[in-house]
Amino acid sequence: MRDLISTIDAGRARGDGVALATVVKTGGSTPRPLGAKMIVNSRGEFAGSVSGGCVEGAVIDEGRQVLKTGKPKLLKYGIADETAWDVGLSCGGMIEVFVEQIQ
Amino acid sequence: MNIYDELKHNLADETLCAVATIVSGAANLGAKVLVYPDGRVRGDLGNASLNAEVMRDAQRLMQVEKSVNRVYGDAEIFIEVFAPKPKLIIFGGVHTAIPLTQFAQALGFRVTIVDGRGRFATRERFPSADEIIVAWPDEAIAQIKIDASTYVAILTHDPKFDIPALKALSATHPRYIGSMGSRETRKQHFAELRAAGVTDEFLATVHGPIGLDIGARTPEEMALAIIAEIVAVRYGRSGSFLSERSE
Repeated sequence: MRDLISTIDAGRARGDGVALATVVKTGGSTPRPLGAKMIVNSRGEFAGSVSGGCVEGAVIDEGRQVLKTGKPKLLKYGIADETAWDVGLSCGGMIEVFVEQIQ
Repeated sequence: MNIYDELKHNLADETLCAVATIVSGAANLGAKVLVYPDGRVRGDLGNASLNAEVMRDAQRLMQVEKSVNRVYGDAEIFIEVFAPKPKLIIFGGVHTAIPLTQFAQALGFRVTIVDGRGRFATRERFPSADEIIVAWPDEAIAQIKIDASTYVAILTHDPKFDIPALKALSATHPRYIGSMGSRETRKQHFAELRAAGVTDEFLATVHGPIGLDIGARTPEEMALAIIAEIVAVRYGRSGSFLSERSE
């Protein structure tokens, strides 16, 4: 979180909405630990990470959506059920990512 | 001040706190509370008993600096602990304090050396120390912020310093206090401290002889035993062999 504060504040100072995505649950082997974070602004610019690059693209799209609707969302990524998840983690683990707009 | 701004303030200020967020299930998706170690709560998860239950769990988690995902009824809640940079206060600018300073700094601790003897607490002996204080223990403790992310190692091994240090520390609440010295020395020091009004409850929290049992002989090995004990206390573990764990 510490390393993202200045980027969050710069975005807010420009009047951009900023969405925060946090890893809130992990299972098996995952590249980033519980609490790992990335931020996304309404232009799709991002900083930080929630995986080793496997799901960031999808999280950016979801972050922009959350900024549009104002409604937070819980995302689940894994490889256990390929029909449910169109993006997966190569390491075989699962993560839940909570995306919310920073108030 | 909203929760994000207060958290930002706490991070800058190095204040220990936890944020709990409803991430799934319940009606109030995204509702948050900010919790402090003393039980103060900002925000609302939607009902008073949930706030109280999460507050108690967050207090326990802050003690071991651990974030968790937990289910309360139909609400999945992520409790994230934001811990400040740990601080190590070393009393006694002795030989073991030199490698201990290096090991602790490599592990991300801010290190302060305290000694009443100016010849021990020097910049030449401790070139990398974040702070060096030449003062008696009680004077030094009065000017240092001691909180739940502060760890104290008393290495002076001299009752002139050790006893006043423990007496002054008994009025503070660090995460860890370890004190160098044999069981016999410890018994004598504790008897004096009890006579001076220090409680058994406090004395029971003092780790002594200091360090994990790794057979340390040299100052470097003693420093390793001490910093390993500190890390084990930080994360609430026993410091035994991983290979002997059942899971």
